[in-house]
Amino acid sequence: MTQAHERNGTALLEVKGLRVSVGETEILRGIDLTVRKGEVHAIMGPNGSGKSTLTNVLAGRPEYIVTEGQVLFEGKNILGLPPVGMDPETRAREGMFLAFQYPVELAGVRTWQFLKAAVDATREYRGLPQLKIREFDRLLEEKLELVEIAPELIKRSVNEGFSGGEKKRNEILQMLLLDPKLAMLDETDSGLDIDALRIVANGVNQFKGPSKAIVLVTHYQRILNYITPDFVHVLVDGRIVRSGGKELAEQLEEKGYDWVRESSDSPAAPPAAKVGA
Amino acid sequence: MTQTLARYERYLSDLRGLPPAGPSWLQQTRSGAVERFSELGFPTARRGNEKWKYTNVGPIANTPFVYPFEASANGLAPADIQRVVPWDDAWTNLVFLDGRYSELLSSPRSADGIAVMSLGEAIASGDPDVERHLAKYADFDDDGFTALNTAFVADGAFIRVPDGASVDTPIHLVFLSTDRGEPTASHPRVLVVAGAGSKSTIIESYVGLQSNRYFTNAVAETVLLEGSQIDHYRLLLESDDAYHVGTARVRQCADSTFTSRTFEKSVGLGRYDLSVLMDGPNASCNLSGLYMTSGTQHVDNFITVDHAKPYSTSRLLYKGILAGKSRAVFGGTVWVRKGAIKTDSMQSDKNLVLSPDAEVDSKPALFIYADDVKCGHGATAGNIDKNSVFYLLSRGIDLETASRMLIYGFASEIIDLVRVDSLRDQLERLFLESLPSFKFEF
Repeated sequence: MTQAHERNGTALLEVKGLRVSVGETEILRGIDLTVRKGEVHAIMGPNGSGKSTLTNVLAGRPEYIVTEGQVLFEGKNILGLPPVGMDPETRAREGMFLAFQYPVELAGVRTWQFLKAAVDATREYRGLPQLKIREFDRLLEEKLELVEIAPELIKRSVNEGFSGGEKKRNEILQMLLLDPKLAMLDETDSGLDIDALRIVANGVNQFKGPSKAIVLVTHYQRILNYITPDFVHVLVDGRIVRSGGKELAEQLEEKGYDWVRESSDSPAAPPAAKVGA
Repeated sequence: MTQTLARYERYLSDLRGLPPAGPSWLQQTRSGAVERFSELGFPTARRGNEKWKYTNVGPIANTPFVYPFEASANGLAPADIQRVVPWDDAWTNLVFLDGRYSELLSSPRSADGIAVMSLGEAIASGDPDVERHLAKYADFDDDGFTALNTAFVADGAFIRVPDGASVDTPIHLVFLSTDRGEPTASHPRVLVVAGAGSKSTIIESYVGLQSNRYFTNAVAETVLLEGSQIDHYRLLLESDDAYHVGTARVRQCADSTFTSRTFEKSVGLGRYDLSVLMDGPNASCNLSGLYMTSGTQHVDNFITVDHAKPYSTSRLLYKGILAGKSRAVFGGTVWVRKGAIKTDSMQSDKNLVLSPDAEVDSKPALFIYADDVKCGHGATAGNIDKNSVFYLLSRGIDLETASRMLIYGFASEIIDLVRVDSLRDQLERLFLESLPSFKFEF
């Protein structure tokens, strides 16, 4: 753990012994993860390892059932319904953001109205004054330029008729507008060509800062050439089987997931899973 | 038959009280309709009657409605009307009180040779187009409601667009049921003749000003001559207790285009029976509708498109939003007659059912008797999509607002089709204001 000495930021997200099921199937089988302000974490793993489940359960998707464990965001419990935990909209307003792996098309809901409603709700919760239409448009224009989305697109229904790359860039646009503390990017890089990947990475790097944290879920090492992670965690079968610095991603790219699968069977693996915690 | 007579005696005695106005051809038509109505009555027997399978008109038959022999503005000011119906002073607005033309509240125009006037006036002036077209498309042989309306024909709206004329100003017909302190029945009538190559926009609004139960029995006949185009809008803004039966018969000649959007926002029991006959090659019709029901409302759209000639195109897109214990019925039937080759037809009916107590009966049907055609149909019913709801929540938007945004988004596909800007804006507001209160449950 070369970065160990850098870990002096405030803990933003603390996941402790999290177990999650969908229906009868257990997907996450005890996750421990601590994300501090200023950090970038990459979560890598093969298909079906539980990567998306982790980000979705953190965002509050109702289909997932937490059977065990605790999740704190800025020290506050988020699991469960209020007043014990937080509903999805409260998590978002508190500063958690999920960029969807498959951004949803909202028929008939205009992008502008959608973005304005989201910004209004978030600002109101944070005690910030509501933006006038002109102020909002200026902010929007600035962010649109950053993610290279044509202004015409925001007159359309949300994500309808958007290309794959436009949908992903629209997620980054929403992240920039809502200005969360923690951004979770669920395979935002998948399906992107090299130009779109560069734009997305550029948006994420703009967002990065000492008070922000990023959790990047990905299959491939490719995006990590643009967004440098402080930590890489390997998720296999619902457990973090290995954690390390960015060199771990390179090793994975080289040796494949079978390599961690095999080595995770060794007795040394369980402590490794706790390194990030 | 005795029972039928007793039930409908009230209408028949009202009809006897009407002055035998009009030329002899009209008197003949009317007396034929009286006779037919006294035989048919209303279609209360639904067994084996596919047309009325899901809609019970018993309550209409059982209510003793009073026929208002005279129109009375009753101190109504234009502002009272503009409050309850989309309105734009720039339109040609014709107002009808209980089926009768109100000169006081209307602003007719006859520029560019276009005739927009009271049907009563057109009859009185002996207009040959009235005799040529009135009661020629809305057949009452098998339809008690149309027979009754025809029996009462004395007034209504008459629109004639001259050949080649392009009319930019929308023509708005407002049929208003006034508050008479007792259940009344009115029988609005519309006749539209679109001249060859003409273009026009017509808005038909049916509005209730009273909280009483009343009955609107409307019949509209429209003929589109060669190459003409009509943009038609029909708004149902009746009182929540009202009964409304609307019958529209459209005949399209070659190369004509009929576009019609129906917005059914409020009524107690409503039925719209629209039938389009494509009677010339290369005609096209584009029909769509939005119905929103709640409480115990019942709305029935019975749409028929008849491709009688080759190379014609039809599009049907209807959407419903159902809440409470309401019920919606959609019957869409497309006929492709022998020889109507190259017919291109697509119909779909999509419903958002927001309550377990609401019900929709959707029956799209196709009857094809020609080769080389392209036809499709489909119907859906369901709740709003949970992934969409979660997406909005994850952006900090609360559940109720998220639900509203998605319900409105569903409706806006139809509202966005409105090509008259001020009408679209007002409809958007009307529907937004009356969206059912609803919170999605995961």
